This record gives sequence, C-alpha cells and structure tokens, in this order.
Amino acid sequence: MTYEVPIAPGESGEIETTAETTGGGWPMWEVFVRARRGVSHVHIGSLHAPDAETALQNSRDVYTRRGEGVSVWVVPSSEIHAFEPDDATDYVEANEKVYRLATTYEIPDEVGQM
Amino acid sequence: MSPEQRFQAVIDAEDKIEPTDWMPDAYRNTLIRQIAQHAHSEIIGMQPERNWISRAPSLHRKAILMAKVQDEAGHGLYLYSAAETLGVKRDELQELLHQGKHKYSSIFNYPTLNWADIGTIGWLVDGAAITNQVMLTRCSYGPYARGMVRICKEESFHQRQGYELLIRLCQGSEAQKALAQDALDRWWWPSLMMFGPHDTESTHTEQSMAWKIKRVSNDDLRQQFVDMTVPQADYLGLQIPDPELRWNEERGHYDFGEIDWDEFWLVVKGDGPMNRERIAHKVDAWDEGAWVRAAAIAHAEKLAPPEEET
Repeated sequence: MTYEVPIAPGESGEIETTAETTGGGWPMWEVFVRARRGVSHVHIGSLHAPDAETALQNSRDVYTRRGEGVSVWVVPSSEIHAFEPDDATDYVEANEKVYRLATTYEIPDEVGQM
Repeated sequence: MSPEQRFQAVIDAEDKIEPTDWMPDAYRNTLIRQIAQHAHSEIIGMQPERNWISRAPSLHRKAILMAKVQDEAGHGLYLYSAAETLGVKRDELQELLHQGKHKYSSIFNYPTLNWADIGTIGWLVDGAAITNQVMLTRCSYGPYARGMVRICKEESFHQRQGYELLIRLCQGSEAQKALAQDALDRWWWPSLMMFGPHDTESTHTEQSMAWKIKRVSNDDLRQQFVDMTVPQADYLGLQIPDPELRWNEERGHYDFGEIDWDEFWLVVKGDGPMNRERIAHKVDAWDEGAWVRAAAIAHAEKLAPPEEET
C-alpha cells in the first residue's frame, strides 16, 4: 500500500512514541480560512510557528498556495477550549424538543406558504 | 455498550472518528505509524525531484517543478499535523525518522538519473499515490481523511504535469523518446512495489480493513493501477518492461509478472540505492536549520510583551 512501509521479517513494528518533545519545538497554531466574502472562516488545519506573524506566513505556504481564501486567522492551539465528546449532551441540545422545530406545526394548505 | 463497541459502531455506520474520541490503543498506534510514514515520505520525496530543479530544461518546467516540490512539503506538514491530533509531537516524529526507526516509502530510495525521470515520477509514482490516497479519503479517522482530500486535488496536478512532460518527450527526437523509455524501464517495478506485499503476506490488512483505515487491499489497488496505466503507456508509445503483461479477456484485467520481492525487502530494510544518502541529507538539513529555529524563538520572545508581575 502506497507510503505504508511493511514490517520486514525480523523487524519490530512497535515504535514507542512518548508525546515528549526534546527539541523545544515551536508552539502550535490553528488555522482558519475564509474561502470567499460572505462565508465564515473555517478551520483548515494546524501548523507550528514561533509567533503570530510567522504563523500567518507559514499558513500561506502550507494551506493557501492556490487561492483557497481571502482571509486567514491563526490562533494559538492552547487557546482553543472544548468539551469532551461524551459530555456533548450537556452542551448541545439534543433534537428531542420537537416543539422547537417549525415543521411540527400543521398549517392548512389554503393558508399558503408559511 | 462498551467504549470499544461504541467505537466500532461509529466506524460501521461509516461515521468518522475524531481526535478526542475514545479509541483502542492499537488503532491510535497504527494510525500514528501510518500517518507519520506518509508524512516522512512526502518530506523525503522532495529530494529526488529537487535534484532536477537547477537542471530543468526551461523556466516553465523549473517553475512547475518548484511548485510540485513545495506541494510535497505542504503535504508532509498537513500529515504531521494530522498525526499530532493523535497525541504525538512533531519533533519526536522527526527524531524517529532521523534515527532510522521510522521509515518512508521505498520508492524514494531510487535515484533520478535523467530528466524523463521527473515526468515518470509524476505519472507513475504520483499515479500510484493517487490510487491509494483516493481510498484514504474514506478512511475512518477524520483528520487523515480530510488531509487526503486536499492532497488528492494537488496530486492530480503532479500526475498530469508528469504525463504531459512525457508526451512532449515522446513526440520529440529519438534520443528524447529513449530517455522516456529508460525512465519507464527503471521506475515501473518500483512503482508496483509501492502497493506493498501480496495480500496473503500483508500482516496488518485484516485489522486495518475492519477499522476502515484501509479500504481496498494491496493487490486490488495494484491491479487497478496496472489497468489504468497500460493504455497510458500505449499512448506514449512506450514499452512496459514486463514480458508477461497481457490483457486477460476472462478476468477483464491485465495479467502481469511477479515483482522481485528480494529487491523489495532489501530496500525496505535500508539497503536500496539511496537509503543512506536520503537520511543523511535530511539530518544535515535539520541540523543546519537549528540556528534558524532558535533565532525565530529568540525573536518571538523579544517581541512578546513582558509578563506582568503578580
């Protein structure tokens, strides 16, 4: 399979990764791109950069080489806050309150479009 | 339902797994390994092509090649970013590559000897990559699948520019056409090797298929690639270097010869023509860039507003 290197006989496929960084790498930034006027910025990916200005420059090289947008935001990844997926129902209303939905109300045909 | 059952139910429903979801350790580790190898392949894959930037025959071809090499860097970076969503650090992945503990696609351990190699890489190597990556756009891990959508769009440029380059060469002088044939002779088998061992030999296939990390088997993808490529070689008027290659009416596919598996494993194990040179060059580039990375951090610290005393 392309780009997947098989494990040769006599070799171990187990590589320990520790999530420890030894090199003191650059901080991570999240990149949001507005594709065109009239639409919101949408998350497109992340990158590493030492500061905001360099993050913007890197975003051009990494994510917008072909006119992908008219505006870019970069936000330090450490500033993104989120809830755990298992807690979703605490934060996002499940669609069980059907009376909130327009389609649950019956309007007679003779009234016309409403 | 146990977390494991819930996880599998999401996958079975053709839904995507996202970074903060619970996932089995083996799923996480398989993906880290695969995405990192993919990223390393994009990064190392710049080397055989950059070899020809300064020797491209025209300014137009030079500009195309530079754009392509820049795309490979970009692909590597999207992929490292996808790997990081699984909880690894980019610097650590770099170190594993430099230490030879992480591998990259063997195809990049072959040298680029003539200008037609650049066209042939676009046509065959990127063509093989597309065959595989189109499948990966449907992979169960969201960030990887999304990265693949972007990458596939750009790979299409890579393949088309390569094939067009070869059309021009093949319409040229006898000597130019001979260059194209020479490149095909050297790249054909390594390109077929890109799809990996036979399904019967492939250790991870079954689990990866159940997890929908992989959706089509090695041999099926290889067959798909051969069927697609043979008519393209015919159009160029080039001869594919396989005496056993022929259309099988009954199967509705091309039959083709056996890969030299000894060569395949030799290169995987690190003894291909360019393995040592590729890594040595990568390590040098990383070491030589150390002062730039340090200077950028020092500059950022200087610009940052002083922390308030509390």
